[in-house]
Amino acid sequence: MKKCRRCSKSATLHITELRQGEATEIHLCETCAKDYLSQAEEVSTPDLDVQFDQLEEGEHSEVSGIDDRTCPNCGITFREFRTQGRLGCPHDYVAFESDLIPLIENIHGETQHCGKLPKRAPDSSRRQHQLIRLRSELKVAIEEENYESAARLRDEIQQVESKLQGNDSSEE
Amino acid sequence: MDLDSLTQSNSEWLRGTGPESDVVVSTRIRLARNLAQFPFNTRSDEAVRGQVADQVRECLGDLPVPKVLNFVNVPSLDEISQQFLVERQLISRELAEGDGPRGVAFSSAEDVSIMVNEEDHLRLQVLRSGLALDECWEEINRLDDALEEELTFAFHEKYGYLTACPTNVGTGIRVSVMLHLPALVQTREIQKVFHSLQKINLAVRGLYGEGSQALGDFYQISNQYTLGLSETQVIDKVRSVIPRLLDYERRARTAMLEEKKEQLHDHIARASGILRSAQTISSEETMHLLSSVRLGVNLGLIDDVEISTLNELFIMTQPAHLQKLKRTELDSADRNKARAALIRNRLTGDLQD
Repeated sequence: MKKCRRCSKSATLHITELRQGEATEIHLCETCAKDYLSQAEEVSTPDLDVQFDQLEEGEHSEVSGIDDRTCPNCGITFREFRTQGRLGCPHDYVAFESDLIPLIENIHGETQHCGKLPKRAPDSSRRQHQLIRLRSELKVAIEEENYESAARLRDEIQQVESKLQGNDSSEE
Repeated sequence: MDLDSLTQSNSEWLRGTGPESDVVVSTRIRLARNLAQFPFNTRSDEAVRGQVADQVRECLGDLPVPKVLNFVNVPSLDEISQQFLVERQLISRELAEGDGPRGVAFSSAEDVSIMVNEEDHLRLQVLRSGLALDECWEEINRLDDALEEELTFAFHEKYGYLTACPTNVGTGIRVSVMLHLPALVQTREIQKVFHSLQKINLAVRGLYGEGSQALGDFYQISNQYTLGLSETQVIDKVRSVIPRLLDYERRARTAMLEEKKEQLHDHIARASGILRSAQTISSEETMHLLSSVRLGVNLGLIDDVEISTLNELFIMTQPAHLQKLKRTELDSADRNKARAALIRNRLTGDLQD
Protein backbone atom coordinates (compact mmCIF):
# COMPACT_ATOMS: atom_id res chain seq x y z
CA MET A 1 0.00 0.00 0.00
CA LYS A 2 1.37 3.38 -1.00
CA LYS A 3 1.75 6.05 1.63
CA CYS A 4 0.15 9.48 1.38
CA ARG A 5 2.55 12.00 -0.11
CA ARG A 6 1.69 14.67 2.45
CA CYS A 7 1.33 12.75 5.69
CA SER A 8 2.27 9.19 6.48
CA LYS A 9 -1.19 7.61 6.42
CA SER A 10 -2.05 5.03 3.77
CA ALA A 11 -2.95 6.59 0.45
CA THR A 12 -6.54 5.84 -0.51
CA LEU A 13 -6.94 8.28 -3.40
CA HIS A 14 -4.78 8.19 -6.47
CA ILE A 15 -5.07 11.38 -8.46
CA THR A 16 -3.79 11.65 -11.99
CA GLU A 17 -2.90 15.24 -12.82
CA LEU A 18 -2.71 16.23 -16.46
CA ARG A 19 -0.38 19.15 -16.99
CA GLN A 20 0.43 20.16 -20.55
CA GLY A 21 -0.36 16.64 -21.72
CA GLU A 22 1.93 15.08 -19.10
CA ALA A 23 0.30 12.75 -16.59
CA THR A 24 1.53 12.68 -12.99
CA GLU A 25 0.22 10.31 -10.32
CA ILE A 26 -0.32 11.71 -6.84
CA HIS A 27 -1.12 9.40 -3.93
CA LEU A 28 -2.96 10.90 -0.97
CA CYS A 29 -4.99 9.85 2.05
CA GLU A 30 -8.61 10.98 2.19
CA THR A 31 -7.97 14.01 4.41
CA CYS A 32 -5.06 15.32 2.38
CA ALA A 33 -6.88 14.62 -0.88
CA LYS A 34 -9.77 16.85 0.18
CA ASP A 35 -7.28 19.48 1.12
CA TYR A 36 -5.36 19.05 -2.13
CA LEU A 37 -8.44 19.29 -4.32
CA SER A 38 -9.80 22.34 -2.54
CA GLN A 39 -6.46 24.07 -2.87
CA ALA A 40 -5.82 23.03 -6.46
CA GLU A 41 -6.67 26.48 -7.71
CA GLU A 42 -4.54 28.30 -5.17
CA VAL A 43 -0.99 29.41 -5.62
CA SER A 44 1.02 26.34 -4.74
CA THR A 45 3.95 26.35 -2.37
CA PRO A 46 7.35 25.21 -3.63
CA ASP A 47 6.81 21.60 -4.42
CA LEU A 48 9.54 19.26 -5.51
CA ASP A 49 7.36 17.55 -8.13
CA VAL A 50 6.56 20.83 -9.79
CA GLN A 51 10.22 21.81 -9.62
CA PHE A 52 11.13 18.56 -11.33
CA ASP A 53 8.50 19.13 -14.02
CA GLN A 54 10.01 22.52 -14.76
CA LEU A 55 13.49 21.05 -14.83
CA GLU A 56 12.47 18.44 -17.33
CA GLU A 57 10.83 20.81 -19.75
CA GLY A 58 14.00 22.31 -21.09
CA GLU A 59 16.05 19.17 -20.90
CA HIS A 60 13.95 16.41 -22.36
CA SER A 61 16.66 14.86 -24.48
CA GLU A 62 19.17 14.72 -21.62
CA VAL A 63 16.88 13.51 -18.87
CA SER A 64 17.65 9.81 -19.14
CA GLY A 65 21.39 10.51 -19.04
CA ILE A 66 21.09 12.66 -15.93
CA ASP A 67 18.90 10.07 -14.25
CA ASP A 68 21.50 7.32 -14.43
CA ARG A 69 24.27 9.36 -12.89
CA THR A 70 25.36 7.87 -9.57
CA CYS A 71 26.96 9.41 -6.50
CA PRO A 72 30.31 7.62 -5.99
CA ASN A 73 29.97 8.07 -2.25
CA CYS A 74 26.52 6.70 -1.38
CA GLY A 75 25.52 5.05 -4.67
CA ILE A 76 22.21 6.88 -5.10
CA THR A 77 21.19 7.64 -8.70
CA PHE A 78 19.67 10.95 -9.71
CA ARG A 79 16.56 8.98 -10.67
CA GLU A 80 16.19 7.65 -7.13
CA PHE A 81 16.51 11.19 -5.81
CA ARG A 82 13.84 12.35 -8.24
CA THR A 83 11.51 9.56 -7.13
CA GLN A 84 11.87 9.97 -3.38
CA GLY A 85 12.80 13.66 -3.17
CA ARG A 86 15.57 12.95 -0.67
CA LEU A 87 19.31 12.90 -1.31
CA GLY A 88 21.52 10.05 -0.16
CA CYS A 89 24.51 11.79 1.40
CA PRO A 90 26.14 15.22 1.78
CA HIS A 91 28.40 14.51 -1.23
CA ASP A 92 25.34 14.44 -3.54
CA TYR A 93 25.36 18.24 -3.47
CA VAL A 94 28.74 18.03 -5.26
CA ALA A 95 28.11 14.89 -7.34
CA PHE A 96 24.83 16.23 -8.79
CA GLU A 97 25.74 19.89 -8.47
CA SER A 98 24.98 20.97 -12.04
CA ASP A 99 21.52 19.37 -11.90
CA LEU A 100 20.76 20.51 -8.37
CA ILE A 101 21.57 24.19 -8.89
CA PRO A 102 18.50 24.96 -11.04
CA LEU A 103 16.35 22.97 -8.61
CA ILE A 104 17.74 24.82 -5.58
CA GLU A 105 17.28 28.12 -7.36
CA ASN A 106 13.66 27.24 -8.10
CA ILE A 107 13.00 26.34 -4.47
CA HIS A 108 14.85 29.17 -2.70
CA GLY A 109 15.39 31.82 -5.37
CA GLU A 110 19.08 31.84 -4.36
CA THR A 111 22.02 29.44 -4.38
CA GLN A 112 24.41 31.02 -1.88
CA HIS A 113 24.22 30.30 1.85
CA CYS A 114 24.51 33.45 3.95
CA GLY A 115 23.56 32.16 7.37
CA LYS A 116 25.71 30.92 10.21
CA LEU A 117 28.97 29.05 9.76
CA PRO A 118 30.25 26.12 11.79
CA LYS A 119 32.53 27.36 14.55
CA ARG A 120 35.41 25.30 13.22
CA ALA A 121 35.32 26.97 9.79
CA PRO A 122 38.65 28.72 9.02
CA ASP A 123 38.88 32.51 9.49
CA SER A 124 39.16 33.22 5.76
CA SER A 125 35.89 31.42 4.90
CA ARG A 126 34.33 33.07 7.94
CA ARG A 127 35.16 36.48 6.43
CA GLN A 128 33.98 35.42 2.95
CA HIS A 129 30.64 34.45 4.45
CA GLN A 130 30.48 37.60 6.48
CA LEU A 131 30.87 39.53 3.21
CA ILE A 132 28.12 37.53 1.53
CA ARG A 133 25.80 38.18 4.44
CA LEU A 134 26.62 41.88 4.67
CA ARG A 135 26.11 42.33 0.91
CA SER A 136 22.73 40.62 1.11
CA GLU A 137 21.76 42.84 4.05
CA LEU A 138 22.95 45.88 2.09
CA LYS A 139 20.72 44.88 -0.80
CA VAL A 140 17.71 44.65 1.52
CA ALA A 141 18.57 47.98 3.20
CA ILE A 142 18.74 49.73 -0.17
CA GLU A 143 15.48 48.13 -1.32
CA GLU A 144 13.82 49.34 1.86
CA GLU A 145 15.40 52.79 1.40
CA ASN A 146 16.98 52.42 4.80
CA TYR A 147 20.03 54.52 3.92
CA GLU A 148 21.36 54.84 7.44
CA SER A 149 21.85 51.07 7.74
CA ALA A 150 23.07 50.92 4.14
CA ALA A 151 25.87 53.35 4.92
CA ARG A 152 26.83 51.42 8.05
CA LEU A 153 26.81 48.14 6.11
CA ARG A 154 28.97 49.62 3.35
CA ASP A 155 31.56 50.64 5.97
CA GLU A 156 31.49 47.19 7.49
CA ILE A 157 31.94 45.57 4.07
CA GLN A 158 34.99 47.73 3.39
CA GLN A 159 36.50 46.79 6.73
CA VAL A 160 36.03 43.06 6.14
CA GLU A 161 37.37 43.36 2.59
CA SER A 162 40.53 45.07 3.77
CA LYS A 163 41.01 42.42 6.47
CA LEU A 164 40.62 39.69 3.85
CA GLN A 165 43.16 41.31 1.55
CA GLY A 166 45.61 41.97 4.36
CA ASN A 167 45.03 38.35 5.45
CA ASP A 168 44.68 39.64 8.98
CA SER A 169 44.10 36.57 11.10
CA SER A 170 43.12 38.30 14.32
CA GLU A 171 39.56 37.73 15.57
CA GLU A 172 37.06 40.41 14.78
CA MET B 1 12.39 8.39 31.44
CA ASP B 2 8.86 7.89 32.76
CA LEU B 3 6.54 9.26 30.11
CA ASP B 4 3.50 8.76 32.33
CA SER B 5 4.75 11.49 34.64
CA LEU B 6 4.46 13.95 31.75
CA THR B 7 0.67 13.63 31.85
CA GLN B 8 0.78 15.37 35.24
CA SER B 9 2.74 18.35 33.94
CA ASN B 10 2.18 21.01 31.34
CA SER B 11 4.43 21.75 28.40
CA GLU B 12 5.98 25.21 28.60
CA TRP B 13 4.43 26.24 25.27
CA LEU B 14 0.91 25.66 26.63
CA ARG B 15 1.27 28.16 29.45
CA GLY B 16 -0.87 30.65 27.54
CA THR B 17 1.37 33.53 28.53
CA GLY B 18 3.96 35.61 26.73
CA PRO B 19 3.60 38.51 24.31
CA GLU B 20 0.42 38.64 22.19
CA SER B 21 -0.84 35.41 23.75
CA ASP B 22 -4.49 36.25 23.01
CA VAL B 23 -3.67 35.29 19.40
CA VAL B 24 -0.15 33.82 19.40
CA VAL B 25 -0.14 30.42 21.09
CA SER B 26 3.50 29.56 20.63
CA THR B 27 6.71 30.22 18.71
CA ARG B 28 8.92 27.45 17.44
CA ILE B 29 12.28 27.35 15.66
CA ARG B 30 13.89 24.19 14.36
CA LEU B 31 17.26 23.52 12.75
CA ALA B 32 18.06 20.54 10.50
CA ARG B 33 21.57 19.12 10.84
CA ASN B 34 23.40 16.03 9.57
CA LEU B 35 26.61 14.38 10.69
CA ALA B 36 29.23 14.85 7.97
CA GLN B 37 30.70 11.35 8.08
CA PHE B 38 27.47 9.39 7.51
CA PRO B 39 25.02 9.05 4.61
CA PHE B 40 21.61 10.69 5.06
CA ASN B 41 18.91 8.46 6.53
CA THR B 42 17.49 7.58 3.10
CA ARG B 43 20.70 5.64 2.41
CA SER B 44 21.69 4.50 5.88
CA ASP B 45 21.16 1.04 7.34
CA GLU B 46 20.34 0.13 10.95
CA ALA B 47 24.04 0.04 11.89
CA VAL B 48 24.68 3.58 10.66
CA ARG B 49 21.53 4.92 12.31
CA GLY B 50 22.62 3.23 15.50
CA GLN B 51 26.01 4.96 15.31
CA VAL B 52 24.35 8.33 14.70
CA ALA B 53 22.03 7.82 17.68
CA ASP B 54 24.95 6.70 19.89
CA GLN B 55 27.10 9.70 18.95
CA VAL B 56 24.33 12.16 19.70
CA ARG B 57 23.38 10.39 22.91
CA GLU B 58 26.97 10.30 24.15
CA CYS B 59 27.53 14.02 23.75
CA LEU B 60 24.25 15.04 25.41
CA GLY B 61 25.50 14.62 28.97
CA ASP B 62 28.46 16.99 28.50
CA LEU B 63 26.70 19.75 26.57
CA PRO B 64 27.36 23.17 28.09
CA VAL B 65 23.69 24.15 27.89
CA PRO B 66 21.57 25.15 30.89
CA LYS B 67 18.90 22.49 30.39
CA VAL B 68 19.37 18.75 30.88
CA LEU B 69 18.17 16.81 27.84
CA ASN B 70 16.88 13.30 28.52
CA PHE B 71 17.00 10.78 25.68
CA VAL B 72 13.97 8.63 24.88
CA ASN B 73 14.50 5.62 22.66
CA VAL B 74 11.48 5.75 20.34
CA PRO B 75 11.49 2.12 19.00
CA SER B 76 11.24 0.84 22.58
CA LEU B 77 7.95 2.72 23.14
CA ASP B 78 4.52 1.24 22.48
CA GLU B 79 2.36 2.89 19.84
CA ILE B 80 0.33 4.93 22.33
CA SER B 81 3.47 6.41 23.91
CA GLN B 82 4.86 7.32 20.48
CA GLN B 83 1.58 9.00 19.57
CA PHE B 84 1.63 10.73 22.96
CA LEU B 85 4.97 12.38 22.08
CA VAL B 86 3.55 13.44 18.70
CA GLU B 87 0.54 15.05 20.39
CA ARG B 88 2.90 16.98 22.70
CA GLN B 89 4.85 18.19 19.63
CA LEU B 90 8.04 16.57 20.91
CA ILE B 91 8.38 14.33 17.87
CA SER B 92 6.92 14.29 14.37
CA ARG B 93 4.65 11.63 12.95
CA GLU B 94 7.49 10.74 10.61
CA LEU B 95 9.78 9.93 13.55
CA ALA B 96 7.04 7.98 15.38
CA GLU B 97 6.34 5.83 12.34
CA GLY B 98 9.94 5.50 11.15
CA ASP B 99 12.26 2.50 11.14
CA GLY B 100 15.41 1.58 12.99
CA PRO B 101 17.28 3.31 15.81
CA ARG B 102 15.80 6.74 16.48
CA GLY B 103 14.85 8.87 19.40
CA VAL B 104 14.30 12.24 20.97
CA ALA B 105 16.09 14.12 23.72
CA PHE B 106 14.11 16.82 25.49
CA SER B 107 14.19 19.12 28.50
CA SER B 108 11.83 18.66 31.43
CA ALA B 109 9.86 21.79 30.45
CA GLU B 110 9.57 20.27 26.93
CA ASP B 111 10.76 23.56 25.43
CA VAL B 112 13.98 22.14 23.93
CA SER B 113 14.18 18.91 21.97
CA ILE B 114 16.44 17.10 19.54
CA MET B 115 14.94 14.46 17.26
CA VAL B 116 17.50 11.90 16.13
CA ASN B 117 17.19 10.04 12.81
CA GLU B 118 14.13 11.70 11.42
CA GLU B 119 14.46 12.92 7.81
CA ASP B 120 17.78 14.44 8.89
CA HIS B 121 20.14 13.03 11.51
CA LEU B 122 19.27 15.85 13.90
CA ARG B 123 16.29 18.14 14.18
CA LEU B 124 16.79 20.68 16.95
CA GLN B 125 13.66 22.42 18.24
CA VAL B 126 12.97 25.22 20.69
CA LEU B 127 9.40 26.14 21.64
CA ARG B 128 8.07 29.09 23.62
CA SER B 129 4.66 30.25 24.73
CA GLY B 130 3.48 33.45 23.00
CA LEU B 131 5.48 35.43 20.44
CA ALA B 132 9.13 34.90 21.35
CA LEU B 133 11.20 34.71 18.17
CA ASP B 134 14.43 36.16 19.57
CA GLU B 135 14.39 33.99 22.70
CA CYS B 136 13.85 30.89 20.57
CA TRP B 137 16.68 31.83 18.23
CA GLU B 138 19.12 32.63 21.04
CA GLU B 139 18.48 29.32 22.72
CA ILE B 140 18.60 27.16 19.60
CA ASN B 141 21.69 28.95 18.29
CA ARG B 142 23.48 28.25 21.58
CA LEU B 143 22.38 24.61 21.50
CA ASP B 144 23.59 24.30 17.90
CA ASP B 145 26.97 25.83 18.83
CA ALA B 146 27.28 23.46 21.78
CA LEU B 147 26.50 20.42 19.60
CA GLU B 148 28.98 21.63 17.01
CA GLU B 149 31.75 21.44 19.61
CA GLU B 150 31.13 17.70 19.81
CA LEU B 151 29.84 16.74 16.36
CA THR B 152 30.89 17.64 12.82
CA PHE B 153 27.90 18.73 10.76
CA ALA B 154 27.76 18.38 6.97
CA PHE B 155 28.43 21.87 5.62
CA HIS B 156 29.28 23.33 2.20
CA GLU B 157 30.76 26.80 1.63
CA LYS B 158 28.14 27.62 -0.99
CA TYR B 159 25.10 25.60 0.08
CA GLY B 160 25.48 25.87 3.85
CA TYR B 161 24.22 23.09 6.12
CA LEU B 162 23.46 20.10 3.91
CA THR B 163 20.11 18.36 4.38
CA ALA B 164 18.46 15.25 2.97
CA CYS B 165 15.85 17.37 1.20
CA PRO B 166 17.04 20.39 -0.82
CA THR B 167 14.03 22.35 0.50
CA ASN B 168 15.85 22.66 3.88
CA VAL B 169 19.42 23.26 2.69
CA GLY B 170 21.40 26.33 3.80
CA THR B 171 20.33 27.44 7.24
CA GLY B 172 18.12 24.36 7.82
CA ILE B 173 15.86 26.72 9.72
CA ARG B 174 12.09 26.58 10.05
CA VAL B 175 10.55 29.42 12.02
CA SER B 176 6.89 28.88 12.94
CA VAL B 177 4.45 30.99 14.84
CA MET B 178 1.24 29.25 15.94
CA LEU B 179 -1.79 31.50 15.86
CA HIS B 180 -5.35 31.09 17.09
CA LEU B 181 -7.52 32.75 14.44
CA PRO B 182 -11.16 31.92 15.23
CA ALA B 183 -12.57 35.30 14.15
CA LEU B 184 -10.84 35.22 10.76
CA VAL B 185 -12.15 31.69 10.26
CA GLN B 186 -15.73 32.70 11.16
CA THR B 187 -15.70 35.77 8.95
CA ARG B 188 -14.15 33.66 6.17
CA GLU B 189 -11.37 36.17 5.69
CA ILE B 190 -8.78 33.53 6.43
CA GLN B 191 -8.38 32.43 2.79
CA LYS B 192 -7.45 35.97 1.78
CA VAL B 193 -4.80 36.03 4.48
CA PHE B 194 -3.38 32.71 3.25
CA HIS B 195 -3.18 33.94 -0.31
CA SER B 196 -1.24 37.01 0.67
CA LEU B 197 1.14 34.97 2.84
CA GLN B 198 1.75 32.47 0.05
CA LYS B 199 2.57 35.31 -2.31
CA ILE B 200 5.47 36.30 -0.09
CA ASN B 201 6.56 32.68 0.26
CA LEU B 202 5.40 31.98 3.77
CA ALA B 203 3.67 28.67 4.43
CA VAL B 204 0.48 28.09 6.40
CA ARG B 205 -0.02 24.76 8.14
CA GLY B 206 -2.35 23.24 10.73
CA LEU B 207 -1.66 22.39 14.37
CA TYR B 208 0.51 19.36 13.63
CA GLY B 209 2.44 20.68 10.67
CA GLU B 210 2.55 19.35 7.16
CA GLY B 211 -0.72 17.90 5.93
CA SER B 212 -2.61 18.40 9.17
CA GLN B 213 -5.95 20.17 9.22
CA ALA B 214 -6.42 23.46 10.94
CA LEU B 215 -8.00 21.87 14.03
CA GLY B 216 -9.44 24.29 16.56
CA ASP B 217 -8.68 27.29 14.31
CA PHE B 218 -4.94 26.98 14.96
CA TYR B 219 -2.59 27.91 12.14
CA GLN B 220 1.18 27.84 11.89
CA ILE B 221 2.87 30.49 9.78
CA SER B 222 6.39 29.54 8.70
CA ASN B 223 9.16 30.33 6.24
CA GLN B 224 9.70 28.39 3.00
CA TYR B 225 13.13 29.64 1.98
CA THR B 226 16.10 28.35 3.93
CA LEU B 227 18.89 29.42 1.58
CA GLY B 228 20.04 32.89 0.55
CA LEU B 229 18.88 34.57 3.75
CA SER B 230 20.61 34.57 7.12
CA GLU B 231 18.78 33.03 10.09
CA THR B 232 17.92 36.45 11.46
CA GLN B 233 16.63 37.57 8.06
CA VAL B 234 14.35 34.52 7.95
CA ILE B 235 13.15 35.28 11.47
CA ASP B 236 12.55 38.94 10.58
CA LYS B 237 10.56 37.91 7.53
CA VAL B 238 8.19 35.80 9.62
CA ARG B 239 8.12 38.50 12.31
CA SER B 240 7.18 41.18 9.79
CA VAL B 241 3.78 39.66 8.99
CA ILE B 242 2.71 38.96 12.57
CA PRO B 243 1.56 42.49 13.57
CA ARG B 244 -0.74 42.64 10.55
CA LEU B 245 -2.19 39.18 11.26
CA LEU B 246 -2.76 40.12 14.91
CA ASP B 247 -4.42 43.31 13.79
CA TYR B 248 -6.72 41.49 11.32
CA GLU B 249 -7.75 38.90 13.89
CA ARG B 250 -8.32 41.46 16.66
CA ARG B 251 -10.29 43.73 14.36
CA ALA B 252 -12.45 40.79 13.24
CA ARG B 253 -13.01 39.95 16.93
CA THR B 254 -14.01 43.51 17.77
CA ALA B 255 -16.32 43.71 14.76
CA MET B 256 -18.04 40.46 15.81
CA LEU B 257 -18.43 41.85 19.28
CA GLU B 258 -19.88 45.13 18.06
CA GLU B 259 -22.19 43.72 15.40
CA LYS B 260 -23.59 40.64 17.11
CA LYS B 261 -22.50 40.53 20.71
CA GLU B 262 -25.61 38.73 21.97
CA GLN B 263 -25.44 36.05 19.32
CA LEU B 264 -21.71 35.59 19.87
CA HIS B 265 -22.08 35.49 23.65
CA ASP B 266 -24.86 32.91 23.33
CA HIS B 267 -22.75 30.78 20.96
CA ILE B 268 -19.75 30.85 23.31
CA ALA B 269 -21.81 30.23 26.44
CA ARG B 270 -23.44 27.23 24.76
CA ALA B 271 -20.01 25.88 23.76
CA SER B 272 -18.91 26.23 27.37
CA GLY B 273 -22.14 24.57 28.55
CA ILE B 274 -21.68 21.55 26.31
CA LEU B 275 -18.08 21.11 27.41
CA ARG B 276 -19.07 21.32 31.08
CA SER B 277 -21.88 18.79 30.82
CA ALA B 278 -21.38 16.44 27.86
CA GLN B 279 -21.14 12.73 28.71
CA THR B 280 -19.49 11.73 25.45
CA ILE B 281 -17.69 13.94 22.96
CA SER B 282 -15.53 13.48 19.85
CA SER B 283 -12.11 15.00 19.42
CA GLU B 284 -13.29 17.17 16.55
CA GLU B 285 -16.24 18.63 18.47
CA THR B 286 -13.95 19.24 21.45
CA MET B 287 -11.47 21.24 19.38
CA HIS B 288 -14.28 23.25 17.85
CA LEU B 289 -15.92 24.08 21.20
CA LEU B 290 -12.65 24.78 23.01
CA SER B 291 -11.78 27.23 20.25
CA SER B 292 -15.05 29.11 20.86
CA VAL B 293 -14.49 29.20 24.62
CA ARG B 294 -10.88 30.39 24.15
CA LEU B 295 -12.23 33.23 22.00
CA GLY B 296 -14.85 33.97 24.69
CA VAL B 297 -12.18 34.30 27.39
CA ASN B 298 -10.05 36.58 25.21
CA LEU B 299 -13.10 38.77 24.51
CA GLY B 300 -13.98 38.97 28.19
CA LEU B 301 -17.32 37.20 27.65
CA ILE B 302 -16.30 34.33 29.92
CA ASP B 303 -14.07 34.69 32.96
CA ASP B 304 -14.37 31.41 34.82
CA VAL B 305 -11.62 29.51 33.03
CA GLU B 306 -7.93 30.15 32.41
CA ILE B 307 -6.40 30.22 28.91
CA SER B 308 -3.72 27.80 30.13
CA THR B 309 -6.47 25.30 31.11
CA LEU B 310 -7.97 25.55 27.63
CA ASN B 311 -4.57 25.24 25.92
CA GLU B 312 -3.88 22.19 28.04
CA LEU B 313 -7.26 20.63 27.16
CA PHE B 314 -6.52 20.95 23.43
CA ILE B 315 -3.65 18.50 24.01
CA MET B 316 -4.94 16.42 26.94
CA THR B 317 -8.13 15.45 25.09
CA GLN B 318 -6.27 13.87 22.19
CA PRO B 319 -6.44 10.07 21.83
CA ALA B 320 -3.00 9.04 23.14
CA HIS B 321 -3.16 11.48 26.05
CA LEU B 322 -6.51 10.07 27.18
CA GLN B 323 -5.15 6.53 27.00
CA LYS B 324 -2.01 7.54 28.92
CA LEU B 325 -4.14 9.14 31.62
CA LYS B 326 -6.38 6.08 31.89
CA ARG B 327 -3.31 3.82 31.61
CA THR B 328 -5.15 1.53 29.24
CA GLU B 329 -6.08 1.18 25.57
CA LEU B 330 -9.48 2.68 24.79
CA ASP B 331 -11.62 2.33 21.69
CA SER B 332 -13.18 5.37 20.10
CA ALA B 333 -16.46 5.18 22.10
CA ASP B 334 -14.60 4.83 25.41
CA ARG B 335 -12.26 7.66 24.47
CA ASN B 336 -15.26 9.91 23.84
CA LYS B 337 -16.54 9.14 27.33
CA ALA B 338 -13.13 9.60 28.95
CA ARG B 339 -12.67 12.87 27.05
CA ALA B 340 -16.02 14.25 28.25
CA ALA B 341 -15.23 13.27 31.85
CA LEU B 342 -11.79 14.90 31.72
CA ILE B 343 -13.21 18.15 30.35
CA ARG B 344 -16.06 18.26 32.91
CA ASN B 345 -13.55 17.69 35.65
CA ARG B 346 -11.04 20.33 34.49
CA LEU B 347 -13.65 23.01 33.72
CA THR B 348 -15.77 22.62 36.83
CA GLY B 349 -12.56 22.22 38.86
CA ASP B 350 -11.55 25.70 37.73
CA LEU B 351 -14.91 27.01 38.94
CA GLN B 352 -14.28 25.73 42.44
CA ASP B 353 -10.82 27.31 42.67
